[in-house]
Amino acid sequence: MTEPAASLSLVIEREMPHPPEKIWRALTQGPLIEEWLMKNDFQPAVGHQFSFRSTPVPGWDGVIDSEVLVIEPNSRLSYSWATMGTKTVVTWTLTPTTVGTHLRMEQTGFRSETDAAYKGATYGWTKFIGNMERVVGGLD
Amino acid sequence: MVMIPAMQAQVTTDHVFAALADPTRRAIFEHLARDGEQNVRALTARAGVSQPAVSKHLGILKHARLVRDRRTGRETHYSAQPQALKPMLDWMGLYAAFWHDRFDRLESLLKRMDQ
Repeated sequence: MTEPAASLSLVIEREMPHPPEKIWRALTQGPLIEEWLMKNDFQPAVGHQFSFRSTPVPGWDGVIDSEVLVIEPNSRLSYSWATMGTKTVVTWTLTPTTVGTHLRMEQTGFRSETDAAYKGATYGWTKFIGNMERVVGGLD
Repeated sequence: MVMIPAMQAQVTTDHVFAALADPTRRAIFEHLARDGEQNVRALTARAGVSQPAVSKHLGILKHARLVRDRRTGRETHYSAQPQALKPMLDWMGLYAAFWHDRFDRLESLLKRMDQ
């Protein structure tokens, strides 16, 4: 079954009282990315292949394989996001506002590839979010 | 389209994703959701593909429980079942929860960067 598939996307947007330049640093400097997202070997260069790494859980190895697709300093950043047999693209858009920045994250390319990938992904993410909440709770 | 009853028992997120991954099927589903119950002939007139193709698409939508059929005499009428979208929305919701949490952590980091 190889139908050309349209895909679904997820958009999360938030107003942030910080200038785009500062948010850009948090999105593109490895040690800063690790503080809010995951361990990584990100480099701000188009074509750079890297991975995000999290603690493995049953059903998910904790690895997200990525490649930098777009770097437009202080305005747009895009990387692929492949895990558990599904590949999506995460794009960050920074738009300056009078009080700071409108930050938009769009994850595109959710589609069906195999049953196992989706069941696995659902399980993996459920576990992952559960673990993450415990970690975050522990920090408070 | 012949369906094996056992296969209809388990509708997974994957079925819903697969059913809506095709633009023609998505258009049929949206059309039914917007305009209410239709027969195959009416759907074919809008779809831009042959009636057998529309019937095949309807079979896949039905398997994913996105549409329901009702027979009156020789005609079959189809209607949208939007509640079938729930497994897909639940799955996307996990990612949404993940990113909302990461946005919170990013905001917290940005505040610390001020100091």
